[in-house]
Amino acid sequence: MDTIASLLIGEVGIITEDALDNIPLKLLEMGCLPGAEVVILQIAPLKDPLYICVNGSHLAIRKEMAAQIRVVKSE
Amino acid sequence: MEKARPIKVALIGNPNTGKTSLFNQLTGLTQKVGNYPGVTVDKKEGTCKLPNGTAATIIDLPGTYSINPTSIDESIVLKSLLNTDDNNHPDVIVLVADIENLKRNLLLFSQVKDLEIPIVLAINMADQQERKGIFIDLKTLEKELQTEVVLMSARKHEGITEVKEAIERAAQVEKGHPLCSINHKIDADYFKLLKEVSPNHTLYELWLMITQNNYPNQLTEEEKIKLQEFRQDLSKLKRYQHKETIHRYQQINDILKRTYRVDQAKAKNLRGRLDRVFTHKIFGYVIFFGILLLIFQSIFDWSSAPMDFIDGAFASLSDFVKEQMSPGVLTDLITDGIIPGIGGVVIFIPQIAILFLFVAILEETGYMSRVVFLMDKIMRKFGMSGKSVIPLISGTACAIPAVMATRTIAGWKERLITILVTPFTTCSARLPVYAILISLVIPNKKLFGFFSLQGFVLLCLYVLGFATAIISAYLLHKTLKVKNTSFFVAEMPNYKLPSLKNVFFDVLEKTKAFVFGAGKIILAISIVLWFLASNGPSSFDTVEKNIVENTQNNALSADEMQHKIASAKLQNSYIGIMGKAIEPAIKPLGYDWKIGIALISSFAAREVFVGTLATIYSVESGDEDTSTIKERMRAEVNPDTGEKRFNLAVGMSLLIFYAFAMQCMGTLAVVKRETKSWKWPLFQLFGMGALAYVAAFITYTIFS
Repeated sequence: MDTIASLLIGEVGIITEDALDNIPLKLLEMGCLPGAEVVILQIAPLKDPLYICVNGSHLAIRKEMAAQIRVVKSE
Repeated sequence: MEKARPIKVALIGNPNTGKTSLFNQLTGLTQKVGNYPGVTVDKKEGTCKLPNGTAATIIDLPGTYSINPTSIDESIVLKSLLNTDDNNHPDVIVLVADIENLKRNLLLFSQVKDLEIPIVLAINMADQQERKGIFIDLKTLEKELQTEVVLMSARKHEGITEVKEAIERAAQVEKGHPLCSINHKIDADYFKLLKEVSPNHTLYELWLMITQNNYPNQLTEEEKIKLQEFRQDLSKLKRYQHKETIHRYQQINDILKRTYRVDQAKAKNLRGRLDRVFTHKIFGYVIFFGILLLIFQSIFDWSSAPMDFIDGAFASLSDFVKEQMSPGVLTDLITDGIIPGIGGVVIFIPQIAILFLFVAILEETGYMSRVVFLMDKIMRKFGMSGKSVIPLISGTACAIPAVMATRTIAGWKERLITILVTPFTTCSARLPVYAILISLVIPNKKLFGFFSLQGFVLLCLYVLGFATAIISAYLLHKTLKVKNTSFFVAEMPNYKLPSLKNVFFDVLEKTKAFVFGAGKIILAISIVLWFLASNGPSSFDTVEKNIVENTQNNALSADEMQHKIASAKLQNSYIGIMGKAIEPAIKPLGYDWKIGIALISSFAAREVFVGTLATIYSVESGDEDTSTIKERMRAEVNPDTGEKRFNLAVGMSLLIFYAFAMQCMGTLAVVKRETKSWKWPLFQLFGMGALAYVAAFITYTIFS
């Protein structure tokens, strides 16, 4: 199963509906909603955190959390 | 009828939306900010005149993404909105949104709107509209949101009058309308029961009270108990909050679909290109350390001329006052206590201002967020967050604002560790102590022919401070048993050119707060010190008589007599007794009772050290000579050895002591406030004090 953490730079994923329980409220509020597209823009030099763009928001999140949010890779 | 009191207008918005720019445009120089020690600086306030002549108080609340708080800053916003008797509770809200991130900004808008307080939506950075290919249907948006919407640009001073007019109109409205009906989409029965608890509050207010466990005073006991029953099933609350957020976004998406379009082709990707440079795995760090180097260089290079000027100005002021006033205790207090004391604070203004200037520019441009991104993994190894970098850098100016800058760190353990170690970074109050001790004990030689040895020692002390902060953070990380809800989401704002006005106000405000905060303490200490040195228990009054009687047979000159009396008086004064009392404890570090007095007084604020020694040595010499404090310290002799009092061992021991000891009441007060407990400031006081003692003892032993 893919998660945000398993995406490569430039890859696009769509957050799955069943990921909802694992997304903290704060991230939901920042636009990280089921059905939203996530793109990895950068990965920090030490491989963590990840710099993502989701639903128009540019955010840095830690890998630990990104690994809990399931996505479907989009072509 | 005119309203007697000015209407209260709160500015609310996501971070980086230009809220502060709008605040500066509306209030100009009328803003006031609280001082640090003891006083809350939770908010900025200013006044503004509306076009119809009504006065308005503008309150700038901290930036927040929602009113479900995860950090201290955000909980301030919740508190002021929910408690109608809170000082900040607004009559009108201006929600500041950024045209590029309208969707996310509208989430906060929809929450605030549901509180039914009259509201205006100000969409900032509207001047970028065309360049970014954004189209907004303002009329439809206003209708859908049932709110007046103003397009503006705070930086270009466009739309400010329109915002004021909209505030005026909103103030006429009794009550706003809710936007999202949270009830039926989630659980109609549940929300029906909730609404029945109190007719005086909107449904969303009641919902916030239970989800945030925050019950305002105006609630009756009965209502409070009923509300608390809704908290039985916390997982249900959490599920409903999730549903609520999704529901809100659905509604916002619907509205935006009809009113907002972005032409992607026009959106330029400068951000991406800059990010590739600033967060590059090698260049990213090179640039960051380059900037740090530049900051430290400028703090010392640019500030030396104005600092010398201030130093000279205060010395001549002291001389001038001495000439104008008749000699006496009051003159002594003013010329030897108060003026040098104030001068000791004012002299730091250049350094503090330069540091805050850099920090403000880095924040304004959006670069700081990239530093957070770069440093997070490294800082986490030491139990901190990427967001801890900013407090640690600001700590080189003053630990007080630095401790307050930890508020953006969401994880409690990460925040606590950052607060605890920040006072180790070399703040500007240590500089005068370092400067005078280094010039006394370190020879003015060149290393390798060009490197100043004195400068090198100073650099080592800075490195020592940072290293101690990092190492102690690591130890705390491994030992502290604190529940951590580590949570890290950092927004990466778009790059911007800094606005001169914002930077100016930021530097002005922080410098002012430092000067008045530290100034009050130093003034108080100068007076107390002067009192303690010129008064004493009963034996103090007979000192003069005894000396005169006992030395009648010796042929002493008038000067020698005067010196002997002054010296004996100091020993018998309150402060002399205190110094003598702690002498056994500090003897192993190489200090005598006079240095002991300086140690005691500088526990309140380090920079007092130099001033105290100046007072003690000049009280003791009892004459009117105007030799500088450095000359007096150099001339001081250790009676046991006949050597100089400030030799290499004592000097180094003092340097190390001042590097580690927690000697700042202002910081202790702010830590107490930020951690809401005495435990942590006391832990710092004793922990850092013990470390300072042991390290100074080892240093003294090595060098003597």
